[in-house]
This record gives sequence, C-alpha cells and structure tokens, in this order.
Amino acid sequence: MNLKRKIHRRGFLCGSLQGVAISVGLPFLDLFLNSNGDALAATGAPLPRRFGTWFFGCGMNPQRWNPVTEGRDWELTPELVPVADIRDKMNVLSGFSVKMAGESNQVHRTGVFGTLCGGAPKTAESIEGPSLDVLISDHVGMRTRFRSLEMAAMGDPRHSNSLRDVSSVNPAEPSPLSLYSRVFGLGFSDPNAAEFSPDPRLLLRQSALSIVAVDRKRLERILGHNDRQRLDQYFTSVRQLEQQIALQLEEPEPLAACRIPDSPAQIPIDSEVDHVVANHALMAETLALALACDQTRVFNMTFSNRASGLRMPGSADTHHTLTHEEARDKTLGYQPRATAFVLRTMQAWTSFVKTLDAVPEGSGSLLDNCLVMAHSETSEANTHSVMGLPFMTAGSAGGKIRTGLHVSGVGDSTSRVGLTMQQAMGLNIGSWGTDQNQTSRPITEILV
Amino acid sequence: MHHFMRFLVITALLMLMACDTDSPEAQGGPVAMRRLTEQQYHNAIADTFDSQILVAGRFEPDSRRLGLNAVGASLVSVTPSGFEQYEAMALYIVGQVTSPQHRQRLLRCQPQDAARADDDCSRLMLGQWGRSLFRRPLTQAELQSRARIASETATASSDFYVGLGLALSSLLVSPDFLFRIEILEAAATAEQAEPLQLSSLSLATRLSYFLWNRGPDEALIAAAQNGELTSKEGLKREIDRMLASAYLAGGVRAFFEDVFTFDQFTELSKDVARYPLFSSDIGELAREQTLRYVVDHFVFQEKDYPSLFTSRQLPMTAQLGPLYGLPVRSGQNWETLTLPASYPRAGLLSQVSFSMLFAHPGRSSPTLRGVFMREALLCQTIPEAPADVDFTLFADDQQAKYKTARERLTQHATDGSCIKCHQFTDPIGLGLEVFDGIGKFRNTENGAPIDTSGDLDGRSFANPIELGQAFARSPLVGACLVENLYRYAVGREEVNTERRLLRYLEVQFEQSGYHLTELLREIASSEGFRTATRGDGQLASPSGVIATNSVGKAPTVSMPATTRRRESL
Repeated sequence: MNLKRKIHRRGFLCGSLQGVAISVGLPFLDLFLNSNGDALAATGAPLPRRFGTWFFGCGMNPQRWNPVTEGRDWELTPELVPVADIRDKMNVLSGFSVKMAGESNQVHRTGVFGTLCGGAPKTAESIEGPSLDVLISDHVGMRTRFRSLEMAAMGDPRHSNSLRDVSSVNPAEPSPLSLYSRVFGLGFSDPNAAEFSPDPRLLLRQSALSIVAVDRKRLERILGHNDRQRLDQYFTSVRQLEQQIALQLEEPEPLAACRIPDSPAQIPIDSEVDHVVANHALMAETLALALACDQTRVFNMTFSNRASGLRMPGSADTHHTLTHEEARDKTLGYQPRATAFVLRTMQAWTSFVKTLDAVPEGSGSLLDNCLVMAHSETSEANTHSVMGLPFMTAGSAGGKIRTGLHVSGVGDSTSRVGLTMQQAMGLNIGSWGTDQNQTSRPITEILV
Repeated sequence: MHHFMRFLVITALLMLMACDTDSPEAQGGPVAMRRLTEQQYHNAIADTFDSQILVAGRFEPDSRRLGLNAVGASLVSVTPSGFEQYEAMALYIVGQVTSPQHRQRLLRCQPQDAARADDDCSRLMLGQWGRSLFRRPLTQAELQSRARIASETATASSDFYVGLGLALSSLLVSPDFLFRIEILEAAATAEQAEPLQLSSLSLATRLSYFLWNRGPDEALIAAAQNGELTSKEGLKREIDRMLASAYLAGGVRAFFEDVFTFDQFTELSKDVARYPLFSSDIGELAREQTLRYVVDHFVFQEKDYPSLFTSRQLPMTAQLGPLYGLPVRSGQNWETLTLPASYPRAGLLSQVSFSMLFAHPGRSSPTLRGVFMREALLCQTIPEAPADVDFTLFADDQQAKYKTARERLTQHATDGSCIKCHQFTDPIGLGLEVFDGIGKFRNTENGAPIDTSGDLDGRSFANPIELGQAFARSPLVGACLVENLYRYAVGREEVNTERRLLRYLEVQFEQSGYHLTELLREIASSEGFRTATRGDGQLASPSGVIATNSVGKAPTVSMPATTRRRESL
C-alpha cells in the first residue's frame, strides 16, 4: 500500500495559529523541518522488531510442567498441554535459576527481579534496576510514540515489574479501556490516513516543555545525589514526551498491518479468573494493533501478579493461598485446585501468542517480528523456589530466534535468558548480570 | 553499642529530660524532595484557581516506605507514563482556566485587547499562580521566561489566552510544582553553620503540608518572607493559626489515611458470591466512615488518642446500615450514632473498613489483621514468612474438620519457625474474628462458635470491645503515633540526632493526655522539624533506600529487637 497522500504540512505551517510555529520554540521548529526529509526518505524500511514480557504469578509444578525431552519436538507435559497449538512458535526454557549470593530469598520478589535485573535483590525494599525491558527499550524504543506499554490484567496499576530504578516503577494500564485510550485516543495519528495534518497545538505543548528544561541546572545544584537521580528520571520522562510530540508532527510511514480497533468491551475488573482472562484477551488485542501500528516496540503484560491473587468465583481461597494451604492430593501427588490456575495461565499465554500471530505483517505475522518472554517469580510456589524457574519465549524476533525448542538450563543463572533476549534484540553486549548471576553465555540453541 | 552502654546513655538522656521541659536540641535529618500525592495535587489546583476547576487523569501509584506513603514520596520520581498524565492534566486545567466560562472569574485583570499580548496582565496572573503552585514567589528569571513566551505566543496566535495558557501549562508540569523541594537557609557565617535551618519558605511548606496537607496560604508565605518564622514568637503565632484553621481536618485525615494504608481501597475487590453486601461503593463508604470518625474524634471533639479505640460514637450512612445491622434513617447524609452498650462493636478496630481491607477476597484473615495492628499501630515489624517453609506440612487433608480460623491457625503454630511470628499476629487478629471478610458480625464460622479471646502483650481480652480497651491501655500506641507522625512530617526516618526529640515528644504527648493537637504543635515547633542537613551522601545507598542508623531505639518494646519496625532496611 503506497497511496499518494496529500501532504498538508506547508498549509499547516502557514495557516495554523497564524504562524505561531515560527515564533515559538525554534529548536522544535528545526526538528520539525528535519523530520520532513527523514520521513520521506525512510520508505521500505525493515519491519520493526518488538520485545515483550508476559508475567504470571506463582509458577507451576516442576515435575508436571518441565518437559523431559530436549530440543525439537519435545514431549508435551501435563501442564504444558494447553500450549500444544503454538509449540512450533515458542520455546520452553527450563531449569534456569536465580543464584543467591548470600542474600535471603525474598518471597515473591527474588525470582522476578533476579530474572529481570540480572541479580537477586539485596534487601527487602531495594531493586537494582533497570529491568530487562527498560534496557531493551533504551535500544529499540526511542523512535516510537511510547517507549513501552505496561498492562495489568487484574486491574492494579502496581502490578508492574518494569522499572528504571526503585524510584520509578512504570505503572501498568489497569483496564482494556485505559490501554485503548492511551494508544488510540487523543494523539494517535493513523499511519494509513489519506491526509496528514498534525494538530497545531503540538507545537505549543513542545514550547511549554522547553521552558521546564531551563530549571534543570538550578535544581541540580541544590539537590543531593539521590534526589538528583530522581530529577534525572523526571527529565528523562519529559524528553520522552517531547519525543512523542515530535513524532506526532512527522507524517507516519504507512503500515499495512495497522488498523484501528474498536473500543474494548467493559468487563468487571477484579481478580476473578474468568474476568482476568477476558480482560487479558481484550488487552492483548489492543496491544497487538498498537504494535502493528508501531506505537511501541516494548511491552510488559502482567497476567497475574506476584503471589497470584487469581481466584474462582465463590471461593474463599486465592491461587496464592491455595499453593500454601491446599493439601497435596495423595493419589495425584499435587495440589489440584492450585494447579487449575496453572492450566488457566498456560491457556491465557497460548491465546496471547495466537493473538499476536493472527495479525498479518510482511510475509508472515506480527508474532514473527516479536520476541516475548513469559516468566514467573517461583517454580514451585509452595516453597517459594527460585530454582528452575519457568520460562517460555514466543516469536522469532524477525529471524533472530529459533523456535520449537526445549532447552534445559541445568541450574544455570536466569541471566543467560536475559542476555539472550538482549542479544536477539540487537543490543551489543557480551555479558550481563551481577555476582553469581553474571554470565557471558547466551542460550545459543535458540539464537540464530 | 553495647547494651549496657546504651542503657547508660538512655538513662542519662531521661535524666536530662526530666529537668528540662523545653523541646531539646535536635539537628534535623536530610532535606527531602517529595512528589505531591493525588490529594495534594487536587488541593493545589483548588487553592490556585478554585473548586470549579476539575482535575481529570490518573496518578502514578504512591510508594509505601516505613509504612507511609509520606516517606515513599521522598523516593519516587516520575515515569514516562506518569509524566504523560501530568501533562494531559495540565492541558485540561489550562483549557478550563482560560475558557470564556471561567476566565472572567479567575483572572484579576483583563487584557486590553484579547487578540493581542498584554504583558502586564500575564505577568500579574503568572506571578499569582506561580506563587501558589511553586509555594514561593517566582524568581525574576522564571517569571521573565514565562511572560515572554506568553507574549510571543499571544502575538503569533492573535489570542492573549492562548499565550497565557501556554505559560501556565509550563508551571503545571514543572518539577518545582510536582515536587516539594526543600532547601536550606544559606548560612551567613561559618559559626552559623550548625544546625542548618530550612529556608523560611521551605519551612512554611513543610508546616502547611504537615498540618493541612496543602500548600501554604498567602498569610503563611508572607510570614515566611517577612522572616517571622525565624523567631520563636512568630513561628508560634503561625502554628497556632494553622491549628485553629478549618484546613486542619484535611491534614489530620491525610495522616491517618496514610497510616491506615487506605489507598488500598482503590483496588479492593471481594467475592460477590460470598459477600453479596459488598460493592466498591460500600468499600469507599467504609473508608470514609473511619476517616470521618478519626477527624471528628481528634479535631472537632478534641478527644484523646486512647479513646479512639473505645469510643461508641460512629458516623453512619444509610448504605452502611445493613452491614452493621443497624437501623439508619434514610438519606445520603452522614449522622453520628451513639452505639448502645449491648452492641458488639466500639472504637476504631471494630469498624468495617479494617475488617474488609485486612482480609482475603473470600475470607477474613486474622494474620493480616494482626500484622496491620502490630505494624501500623504499635510500630513493630513482622518479618516475611521464611521462604523455605514447606506449607504442605500444615495442609492437612482433613482440613474440612477445622471449622474456624483459630483451629486452622493453630496448625501453623506447631512449627517453630512459624510460631515466632504468628504468636504476635494471630492472637490479636483472632480478637476480630467475629467480623467476616467485609466486617459483618457473625457468631459462628462453619457452624462452630467463634472464640475471640486472647491477650495483647499481657492484657487479656474476650471480644473486640475489650481488644480495643487493651489497645487504649497499651504504652506502645502513643509512642508509635509519635514515631509515625514525625516521619510523616519530615518525609523520612528519624536520624540519630532526632532520637532524643522523639523521646521528648512521647513524654509530652503523654503529659498532654494524648491530645493530637498538642503533639502536632510540639512537632511543628521542634528544632528537628525546622533544621536539616544537605541531601548529599545522606541518601546515597545504591538502592535508593534511606540510610538508617545502627543505633536502635530504647528497649521499651516487648518484641524481639530484630522485629523492631524496619530497623534495618
């Protein structure tokens, strides 16, 4: 699709606000003009590659989840039966562990932040950021409207593990509607629209932000070390918005895969598993099109929170309390009610991957240009184990990742997974992680 | 420090205090840079414009440290999505303020010609709004840059209000508005270097957020600018004025909302099949009821802290009637009931807000309730459960034979590593077991009678009312309130040089008959509150966690020393 579109940029410059663009914020005018050439020049660019995480709480039962056979055509296990349909599009990475270097296992924290930050957190309230997705968004997220999108299917904005440092945890979109409004609401410019006419108020917004930057030097002089870092984070966020506005002033490239979804249905938002599954599905659909429309290249989906609060209607228990309090069935050898949530989770993962795969892009699907890492904070939740954590990846990252495999990490650090994700996404790093979780060995079995 | 040495030091301090009733010298800890809370943002917009200007948008979640969002506010920053929201809120506010509907009312001047720039008028309004939003007068440079862009934009767009709105939006997204940034008074001479004073304007802001949960009013800013806050009399005059103000209720409310972790109501959900009486509206009303109760108790009735746990006054609304099993006159308004002596509830802890917040979605939780009471009201820390406990040991497959929470929890207590913590939380939590997961009264669970007897650190009780009485008599609740309130006031944990001040405040609070207003007055006029050290290095731990001190608090607590609240972060 390469429509000859009417470009209204000059008309916009002359007409809107009677030339306010010229008198206000000269640096931004430069940017605006510069973009003209870039935007027109960049035809036939390769399709973007995207990275995402998909988090689920309270792990699985290792003896029922971990595949026994390795490599291609691995044998389905009882708790992986739900992924049968997508087996060729994904990998299972079993046996990777967060190594404890004398730190205590902080329940429901060590597993997730050890994985995402390349090292076990040292104290109950510290986290040594940034998380993996932020490292990757620093690399691939700068040219999209949103550096990353965070989503929580249980409706709590705190259900996010994405952070630059402990002072700035990226809050999650708590509903399908809030995700939809943020992406496709005000400020969205359809890349396939016949006409492009940027909102003249964008220039005013840029000017307002440019004044704020003037205060930075003065504040830096009076602040202590940590507050200066927090101020830096604030200004990083200001720059991000400036970038977002600058992109909205550019005429977007046509994207064949992009279409604008309908506003999502409204379903009760709480921890009841049917509601969570339904809200998750709605978020996945909106996300898939946000990716297809190149609004972001990084995302973090929290299906269920750390210490999963998922519950069945009418039940006194949650997934988390069941993992601790439910008796192991003597004949089955596991906790049947807790395990039901593992199966629901694997079904949700499968539907998520299928949703990305259903969007055609280039000669394949959107999923082909994605790399999604599913992970949890425990393996066996009953004992809060961070040994042999469950990992799955989906998508081939634009040809950088082989799929259809099961790789056993035989107790290696989870940093090997994180390093592999970064290398597949084009980051030029040879080693990653701290202390015992440092590694320079990516999982070569899945790297192309 | 050796225990005996510590004992000697503390004894010496106590003796010093006994012969000196003045507030002790106390060098305050590091200055803070605190992100505004949602309520504080709302208050700032209402104060700068008026209550007709609406705020719409989502705020980033607060972060709780040492049990308080007020402390977490000194650690959080602004994420990209958070800033997106701030900017959208700013544009929405600016749109309203400069609209024909509101600008006549809100602007003290009108432009000569609305199609042209008017530097005098934009300076006047930007100066006024800036002073309110930044909680200080704008500097010449700050006003100059905004006035210039207002004029240029007005000229270019042929609209005075477009220019003014642009400049206003830059104020609303500035770090000087979104953060309360404290600065020190420049020391005139080297001798004056210790202790460093907060600048008068920073002190004014600290005072007004502490007592009102909002920015300083014109009178307080003027007092700061005139140097009145540097004299004992001037400071006292302002504190007295603030304590007598109608805004005090909002300040007291904000503090208890923070201590009670009531921000969690936003995401509270319950199983509707098990709790058909619950809805998010009921949750909000329950929260409102307790906050009304607290404000009424302390501010309007000027009652003491212990009786907060025993009072039979209860603000009620018709919608909450069924949950309490009380007949309430219909209507939307709140009315204060006096509960009869035969009614099985009295005081703070038997209100439904706590029962529903500290429970699971489908059942009550004596442990969560116990943890809350220990941590928030007694300032004791309950460690996380050890990671490697195999809980299936307790998951008896005969679980069904245990009818009540007490029977089920007794199973936990058979293990040594569990009982260490559960012995502190469960006995007091079980005292509230007659209130189910949303606070409705019940006598039985699964057909078995509920036993609510137990003891709080040696004070036995038989039911929730007596549990409240045990809290009222506990020597820890007063000291804990002092600790929480001081941390809330300064936005961080106390430092070594403030520990003596905290002991003094505890004594004063007790001697005042545990009157909150007196404690607020003592803290606001203390040296620790108005002095500070630089932020450099003080907060330099890599994790961003506030540095703590190795010296513990006086051993007045019956809990093991290691469980003292968040003593070692």
